[in-house]
Amino acid sequence: MTQQNRLINGGRIDRSEPLTFTYNGKKYKGYKGDTLASAMLANGIDVVARSFKYSRPRGIVAAGAEEPNAVLQLGATEATQVPNVRATQQELFNGLVSASTNGWPSVDTDVMGMVGKVGGNMMPPGFYYKTFMFPESLWSTYESVIRKAAGIGRAPKEHDPDTYDTINQHCDVMVVGAGPAGLVAALTAARGGARVIIADEQNEFGGSLLNGTEQLDGKPADEWVQTIVEELNTYDDVMLLPRSTVNGYHDHNYLTIHERRTDHLADKAPVNQVRQRMHRVRAKWVVLATGAHERPLVYSNNDVPGCMITGAVSAYINRYGVVPGNDLVVMTTNDYGYQAALDWSDAGRKVVAIVDTRDVATGDLIEEARKRGLNIIPGSAVIEVQGAKRVTGVSVADLNADGTKIVGSVTKLKADTVATSGGWSPVIHLSCHTGSRPVWDDTVVGFLPGPTLQKQLTAGGVNGQYETEIVLQEGLDAGQKALAEVGLAAVDVVLPTVKTLKITAPMSLFHIPHLKPTSQAPKQFVDYQTDVTAAGIEIACREGFEAIEHVKRYTAMGFGTDQGKLGNINGMAVAAKALNKTIPETGTTVFRPNYTPIAFGAIIGRNSGALFEPERYTAMHKWHVEQGALFEDVGQWKRPWYYPQGNETMQQTLNRECLAVRNKVGILDASTLGKIDIQGKDAREFLGRVYSNAWAKLAIGKCRYGLMCGEDGMVFDDGVTACLGENHFLMTTTSGGAAHVYEWLEIYHQTEWPELEVYFNTVTDHWSTATITGPNSRKLLEELTDFDVTNDNFRYMDWKQITVAGVPARVFRISFTGELSFEINVQANYGMPVWEKLIEAGEKHGLTPYGTETMHVLRAEKGFIITGQDTDGSVHPYDLGMGWCVSNQKPFSYIGKRGMNRSDCVRKNRKQMVGLKTKDPMKVIPEGSQAVLDPKAPMPVPMEGHISSSYWSESLGHSIAMGFIKDGLEKMGDTVYYPMADGTVIEAEICSPIFFDPKGERQNV
Amino acid sequence: MSDLNTMTAAESAATKAAVMDQLPSSEIEGQSPLHHADLLSLATQGPSTGGIHFREHKLLGHLTLRCNAENADQLAAVERVLGVGLPIQPLTSNESGDYSIRWLSPDEWLILVPGLEAFEIETKFRDEMPGHYSLVNSSGGSTVLELSGENVVELLQKATPIDLHLKAFPVGKVVSTLFAKSTTTMRRTGEQRFELVVRRSFSDYIWLWIQDASLEYGLVIEA
Amino acid sequence: MLHIYCPHCAEYRVETEFHAAGQAHIARPLDPEACSDQEWGEYLFFRKNPRGLHHELWVHAAGCRKFFNMTRDTQSYEIKEVYKVGEKPSVVDSPAQQKAMSMETVSEETVSGENMSGAQS
Repeated sequence: MTQQNRLINGGRIDRSEPLTFTYNGKKYKGYKGDTLASAMLANGIDVVARSFKYSRPRGIVAAGAEEPNAVLQLGATEATQVPNVRATQQELFNGLVSASTNGWPSVDTDVMGMVGKVGGNMMPPGFYYKTFMFPESLWSTYESVIRKAAGIGRAPKEHDPDTYDTINQHCDVMVVGAGPAGLVAALTAARGGARVIIADEQNEFGGSLLNGTEQLDGKPADEWVQTIVEELNTYDDVMLLPRSTVNGYHDHNYLTIHERRTDHLADKAPVNQVRQRMHRVRAKWVVLATGAHERPLVYSNNDVPGCMITGAVSAYINRYGVVPGNDLVVMTTNDYGYQAALDWSDAGRKVVAIVDTRDVATGDLIEEARKRGLNIIPGSAVIEVQGAKRVTGVSVADLNADGTKIVGSVTKLKADTVATSGGWSPVIHLSCHTGSRPVWDDTVVGFLPGPTLQKQLTAGGVNGQYETEIVLQEGLDAGQKALAEVGLAAVDVVLPTVKTLKITAPMSLFHIPHLKPTSQAPKQFVDYQTDVTAAGIEIACREGFEAIEHVKRYTAMGFGTDQGKLGNINGMAVAAKALNKTIPETGTTVFRPNYTPIAFGAIIGRNSGALFEPERYTAMHKWHVEQGALFEDVGQWKRPWYYPQGNETMQQTLNRECLAVRNKVGILDASTLGKIDIQGKDAREFLGRVYSNAWAKLAIGKCRYGLMCGEDGMVFDDGVTACLGENHFLMTTTSGGAAHVYEWLEIYHQTEWPELEVYFNTVTDHWSTATITGPNSRKLLEELTDFDVTNDNFRYMDWKQITVAGVPARVFRISFTGELSFEINVQANYGMPVWEKLIEAGEKHGLTPYGTETMHVLRAEKGFIITGQDTDGSVHPYDLGMGWCVSNQKPFSYIGKRGMNRSDCVRKNRKQMVGLKTKDPMKVIPEGSQAVLDPKAPMPVPMEGHISSSYWSESLGHSIAMGFIKDGLEKMGDTVYYPMADGTVIEAEICSPIFFDPKGERQNV
Repeated sequence: MSDLNTMTAAESAATKAAVMDQLPSSEIEGQSPLHHADLLSLATQGPSTGGIHFREHKLLGHLTLRCNAENADQLAAVERVLGVGLPIQPLTSNESGDYSIRWLSPDEWLILVPGLEAFEIETKFRDEMPGHYSLVNSSGGSTVLELSGENVVELLQKATPIDLHLKAFPVGKVVSTLFAKSTTTMRRTGEQRFELVVRRSFSDYIWLWIQDASLEYGLVIEA
Repeated sequence: MLHIYCPHCAEYRVETEFHAAGQAHIARPLDPEACSDQEWGEYLFFRKNPRGLHHELWVHAAGCRKFFNMTRDTQSYEIKEVYKVGEKPSVVDSPAQQKAMSMETVSEETVSGENMSGAQS
């Protein structure tokens, strides 16, 4: 049984290149040029899915992006699994492995099938809401069962081996769709010298021309397409993107295009090639030439495999050389539906009947059918299909004139294929993406793109124009208009001659009545993918859902991965009828990006793995890595966290590092601190306005600590600023706050005080900082400099420009540990050489590298805050007990002054920062713990404040903590309690946060 | 060793700003931000053909000047010091010999000079430049990457949102913009050649990114 | 994604190069100490949230790092104009629209906004 539906000749497939593929474990043959769908139809595969709710067998309906049923899982290996692939869009390649996703355990024997056949009402509209809402705790159980049975496909469990990327594009004219309108628009724009991008979701350009037998200039249409494509390829400024779906149209003419570069070649991209690429296009003008989707008609059992749309039947015959059945019945409301019957008879198979819902139709296509003696049944409809896994016959009955009622008797005909056409729906999706509401057109019997703010033109099918001659002319007009809009001259383009068909008016009919009322008739499907029926929509309307958006959400119409491309208009028509309104009165839902499903990889591009987020390194990073440091993320910086040796636990490492600093000397890479160079005669004044303390008298050569507050008075950053020259300062900020502080300075300078003469420059990366701290730090520094660094010559809070290890350096004698410290700053290109010299010379002094965690312990022993850890945006300097860092003598009302004097900031009972000493010295209170005054108090227990920093102090032999207590500064010596989740309570005494060396003698030696 | 490069407080006060020769003697070798990548070895061992060519112009002198573009005296002083004027038009650059100046913002320019000349030029500026301005040596804070080759525009299109068409981005144009998830100041130095000034701490990320995105074209390291 | 003309770089750039910095023309009171708690609270916290024209402060964060103002329609996302700090917008709601807007939104009188517009220089 091989390719029994394949024609001997014809189509755009290459019979000399046979390909093997697998579907549900079975091997089949197809040809190069096939889609997976055309190859499946060639092999007579009828059932490709089980339906979502009722588990009914489903077959291929369409030939393009609108396909609702043939949504398959692809992938030969676990790592290359891809869900949600429309077989109608997947090109066949040798070795392709596919599987159906709906149906459990398989599409042919399905346990869920019982639901559909026995209890059709088990899943009424709104079934999620009605059935699965309660109890909420069971939702995860429901969800997994539903997903498994409904088969939405699955993501791979292994790492995707392929590369994806994104690329930014710019053009004058972006043409969406390379059918006749798009090709002419692109050609016109290109000839006029515009920068053009033309994209089409199919593997070759030509659009609808490739599916038919029409002649242009007396030659087959594909020859004309070839000429245009060849000319387009000659222009440097024209980019042709086949296999590229324009998936989103966003504000200000920004479009996203999903290009599948290697999906047609193999399971996995060739070495070093990008599998899929997202183009992000900014276009001056956009031409939407997106064509139209044919609408199926809604009739009973219209989902039985073998029910298709007429355009798809023609496409399979003409483009792929596949006739998807033997005996065809066509039902149509318009002339175009006849084409499928003509193509079918050309292919040598039997046309059982053409059922036209209109009484009279006299167009050229009808005459042609008549001439061939095909059986035309006017004024009638297929009201019901027989069959389960394939159509076996149809029931045909006479319709009344407006198509609302069956009149007369029912005739049964034998057939295995039913092709229907309810007319065409313009593909207005992209136009809707930018917020434009579509407009109903009675002549077109469809929605057209509505008014838009985008620089957007439309041509061809999207305008409801289906005659090739008009479509080509619209393409030309759009191209010329785009040229004029981007300031380029019009060009000559001679359009090909085409035969104009005489067309009779279509009938506006969507839902075929049955002998029984809709609610009792066999199911009439509106949306195949979400199993929404005409009866379901009627129920939704009857239950009070009148707005179309509510009907959509209640029934789930259009919620599938196909976004209701086939069903939405039919659904609106059914709702309109139920509500006794017209379609424009009922309105339409709109579409959102993406037009078709897209792989996450293409959205993420290169931003995964090592490139997921930038990692910022200091000049000494390599050394830290070699020493086995573990790293902590501080903003995007990677900072050494601690340096474990041998089998040390983290706590053992911290204890060793802390003791080394307290007893000998430690070294910390402090390069990540933000540094801002400030110059200008008003620099000092500016500092006074952005810091809470005074800067007027800071002398050259001196450093000062400052607190930065918001206008609300709350602390948001801190750091030491050095006076380098009378008009020259170097500000340091926290590692994570540097960018924010820089922008803070700039916004005040640019928008509030531009009269101040001051300039700011970020120099964070320019300086490398090695901090040596501990009693031996001076001895170490002395070895590497000739400068007199004794306490008499180099005082605490001084900075000196000296040479260290042969490299010019600015050394700051400031301390974040409470020990004698020197922060050695050198140009970062020399950071590593100086660091290595320090390490070498430090050996005999017991120099120990330490990381951020030890830094945190050491500073907490001294009661020094870390903004962002001990502050949270609700803490002002007085709350921190840092009133000494606030100057109220400054003439200018600095940022934060007014804020911290608000009534709420000066009231009693504010939470204030204190130290907490546990009664059990071995207990470390977890950070975030809440303090209570009485652990036995009934719930809710009033909370007094929380622990913000808490550590084991090896130097002191007991735990230390900093935290907030209401009016804590007045409660020294009081006891508070920290109840733990396990029911235990940690008791602690309120104390000064300065646990170590309270007089500050050690840093000042 | 001496501390002769130390400027006394009085001298510093006289100039109102601290200027510092930050370079040691030539025995101590500076390590550029991509030092750890050992580009020299990669250049000798790696492929010699490919669509992307990559080179680090390391250890140059980077000076950031902020001043008033409408102050004719300042403009004249710049020309006296560098022999080339400030580019006043947005997104332009001027170049003369080893000296090049990039427009960064209406009151900010990046000047690149040979690494050893940075201090000398800074000192000259302090002597010549009148009025309110700031000059900052940022040589350690960034490095210059040169990207060239037949696929260079396509590669950069993946990293930056800027329109790189020659009509929109002619030779000499300079922009500060995004590079992947980092930033860069990028100048076109030839039809298929660009210069990227990138921050030290982000340079490894950008280097990784360029290697990854160059796979399909082939990457040639030059050193 | 918005396409924003930077008045300093004099060309269009993508939105991701910029940061929005809130409502424009919120001038810091010249004498904060003279403000009552309520006045200070209004300066700090109260902002317009119009449907339609809005004047906003933006910064070209990844570009020239200059702040500038933008008149933008918050409903259509249309950018009507950009103008430098210290300049006044040329596109403003008609008095009738302003009145309609103030009736729609929370009591405009409590917001000191208007007397501050343009005072930022």
